[in-house]
Amino acid sequence: MFEKVLLRNAGVPGSERIDVYLSRGGYQALPQALARTPAELIDMVKRSGLRGRGGAGFPSGLKWGFMPTDPAITKYVCVNTDEGEPGTFKDRQLVEQDPHQVIEGVIITSYAVGAHRAFVYIRGEFFDGMKRWVKAIADAYERGYLGRDILGSGYGLDLSVHRGAGAYICGEETAMIESLEGKRGQPRKKPPFPAQAGLFGRPTLVHNVETLCNVPHIVQRGPEWYAGIGTPKSTGPKIFCVSGHVNRPGNYELPLGAPLREIIFEHAGGVRGGRAIKAVIPGGSSTPMLTPDQLDTPMDFESLAQAGSMLGTGAVIVIGEGTCMVDVTRRIARFFAHESCGYCAPCRVGTRRLAETLERVETGQGRPGDLDLLAGLCEGIQGRTFCPLGDAAAAPVRRSLELFRGEFEAHIRSAC
Amino acid sequence: MNLDKVPEIIARYGADKTASLAILQDIQAEYHYLPRAALEVVARSLEVPLSHVYRMATFFRSFSLNPRGEYVVKVCLGTACHVRGGPAILDTMERELGIKAGDTSEDNKYTLEAVRCVGACALGPVVLVNEHPHGNMTRDEATKLIKQLSSQEGAVQAPEETPLPRASVDLTGVPRPGK
Ligand SMILES: Cc1cc2nc3c(=O)[nH]c(=O)nc-3n(C[C@H](O)[C@H](O)[C@H](O)COP(=O)(O)O)c2cc1C
Ligand code: FES
Repeated sequence: MFEKVLLRNAGVPGSERIDVYLSRGGYQALPQALARTPAELIDMVKRSGLRGRGGAGFPSGLKWGFMPTDPAITKYVCVNTDEGEPGTFKDRQLVEQDPHQVIEGVIITSYAVGAHRAFVYIRGEFFDGMKRWVKAIADAYERGYLGRDILGSGYGLDLSVHRGAGAYICGEETAMIESLEGKRGQPRKKPPFPAQAGLFGRPTLVHNVETLCNVPHIVQRGPEWYAGIGTPKSTGPKIFCVSGHVNRPGNYELPLGAPLREIIFEHAGGVRGGRAIKAVIPGGSSTPMLTPDQLDTPMDFESLAQAGSMLGTGAVIVIGEGTCMVDVTRRIARFFAHESCGYCAPCRVGTRRLAETLERVETGQGRPGDLDLLAGLCEGIQGRTFCPLGDAAAAPVRRSLELFRGEFEAHIRSAC
Repeated sequence: MNLDKVPEIIARYGADKTASLAILQDIQAEYHYLPRAALEVVARSLEVPLSHVYRMATFFRSFSLNPRGEYVVKVCLGTACHVRGGPAILDTMERELGIKAGDTSEDNKYTLEAVRCVGACALGPVVLVNEHPHGNMTRDEATKLIKQLSSQEGAVQAPEETPLPRASVDLTGVPRPGK
């Protein structure tokens, strides 16, 4: 059985407390990291093959390397705890049950890129997560893991928490930066990328919570050990959030590349009531669905791209036979229409038209040309919006239309 | 309406313009919504146009410009909760409370909302009452929950008050009791 790395403390009584974290070997990577040069650490993360767990899978070492090394330039690190992709609940568990693991990751990362100030942006609805962050940060200050001259190294870091207020788009890094600056969470134009000009115009490194949790382990156990987990291009452990029609929904930590079938049947206990699987959303609501014949797909970045979908956040939503796919698709479309920030027309208007048309089809008021209209709308959105939210909305609808065309056509004749 | 708390809240942040989001959040926590008069105070204190404050107040979904009930009941309709019966729970809530999603009851006791994924999908379908999660909902349990709330005096403990050592939800992959 795979020995847990990121969730090894989850479920241990009091795991959120600093003493428990210390007693389980926590904060041991930090002095090792501070004894190295930033360049060495960046090289280690590059060799580990670590890729971002926030959705895009961008190589983390490369991203660290984009940050200017000149110590005279003020730099920032942002911790993305906005977790809003429907089906995802891993960052929440990491923050609620092992906040010090995240903090240790933040300190090492900030040291490696030369930042002395880091910001946590947490989803407004995560009240307990917020309290955990506040308490953990206070304790880390008290023990000298944060603040000036950390562990006598001469390096200092300040960390603070900021709450979001219910906008999915604020998970997008530039929108998050806008919100941290006290503005509406509207995405910025890229370039300049945050590593060039981010928060308050300074070079900024944004990472997902799960990504940061990997960092102490890479430092402590070495990049070779880390790269040995998973597949050659998708290395390391990954938390899969399994929900929907399974017997044991929950977070399961497995090596990247674990087959979808194994995740659903061995870990999540198979489908409720022994039903057949109709479809699986592999990486959160914005990732196109897979069909039962794709259950042997390894859950890694490459294999899922090959299967016509994405690893996304690793949120596996299992949909059993007997579920109305028109209804599922309508809800997804409605979500994105609701969360479109309204800045660009293809997304603002397109997502709304998608949702309206699907609403019509679902309620039996569909018109003969509606399926072509939907396909045309997806075409008009994909690749044409200011930020990736438009693609996130169109891709699942498009796939659903392809896979379940018969069901959509039947709905146009009469609602289910 | 007594707005004495508003200047106090603003002072907490030293009238810092970049703290406008946090200020609005604290005001909403105090009054359950954002009263216009409070937004006017914020605009004056931060020396920004009122329209700027409204830009923020209308962008972020957790803000309400209308008074809300003592209990804000949110039913999750995210994909995972949806396939596990979220819509039936919303339907039950609408009937039990006699209001539609988005509305507040006449006695100002309840506000009902249909919300996006709240990040507790392993417990779906999920209902939040004043941000406190209730998982594995069924129609019967939804009815029971409302009965319980209706027979209670005063509001349930605000989420900020819950003691620390408790995780709000256990999301580790463990079998669910008796379901
Ligand atoms: C619409 C949208 C929503 C996003 N939401 C989140 C989120 O909730 N959490 C997150 O970590 N990343 C989210 N991202 C990805 C971030 O923009 C960013 O790529 C990520 O935080 C980088 O961290 P990583 O390299 O560790 O993955 C989102 C992106 C988009 C386009
Ligand atoms: S879908 Fe309801 S909590 Fe995620």
